[in-house]
Amino acid sequence: MSARWDRLTAVWGTLMAATLASWAIGTQHGHDHDVRRLATVGVIIVAFAKVHLVGRHFMDLRGAPVLLKIAFTGWVVGVPATLVTIHLLRS
Amino acid sequence: MAVTDILARLRAADQDPAVRLPGEVGIWIFILGDMAVFGLFFTVFVYERDDHPDLFEASRDTLNITLGTLNTLLLLTGSLFVVRGLNAVKDGRSRVARRWLAGAIVTGLAFAVDKVVEYADQAQAGHGISTNHFYMYFYMYTAIHLTHLAIGVCALIYMRGLAGRPELTVRHVRNLENGASYWHMVDLLWIVLFALLYLMG
Repeated sequence: MSARWDRLTAVWGTLMAATLASWAIGTQHGHDHDVRRLATVGVIIVAFAKVHLVGRHFMDLRGAPVLLKIAFTGWVVGVPATLVTIHLLRS
Repeated sequence: MAVTDILARLRAADQDPAVRLPGEVGIWIFILGDMAVFGLFFTVFVYERDDHPDLFEASRDTLNITLGTLNTLLLLTGSLFVVRGLNAVKDGRSRVARRWLAGAIVTGLAFAVDKVVEYADQAQAGHGISTNHFYMYFYMYTAIHLTHLAIGVCALIYMRGLAGRPELTVRHVRNLENGASYWHMVDLLWIVLFALLYLMG
């Protein structure tokens, strides 16, 4: 099939693999405080990296107007930055 | 910048053939607004979680991560089906498009079934919306998301109907793109909800 098909399959495969990896990490029960803090930061970053892939490849924002790209990227970067900051300062 | 200016800029940008807005300006105002609201939801949850880490951790422990993971896999696959369906419509392969969209509808319905099973399990364990703040957020956020999903499934059914039409207008294609963009938003909001509710330890 076309390159478009291959790209979408690769993106989907990456998203599925990242989800299964999160599941494997999420079902582990580490009780060390620092490990848990870091794992949470990792979980948040992976989630928003997945959102970025969905936006770019499934929502087709690659060729979208620049203002929309800025707004979407602002969310994909700003929200996790806020969450990680709150978590690291307060946990 | 005023919303009217943003609208004007987006409209102007859309006239450039190299730049394409997937769907209409209106749907994107809605999607970005909804994302902003959920961004606040996420922030409130993380802030409060760090006030009561032990309570939230003990409550999270009762969630079925496997069911949550399954739902994430379902929505990611549904999103892929919607992209393929839309591409098939644009290539003029309406029968193929209808099949992809039917697949996406099935993933949406399966998500809802999974969620109901999960709610039933939690209810049976005696965990309700007023049990503690973790469950309050869990039920509230997932129910709001489930409402979005239900609207999305209706949109997909409508889209499948459109895809079967012998002749499509610009309006129809716009509606298909609007529906697809909305569906992907349902997917991406769940990706973050899943991470915060099920995985954040």
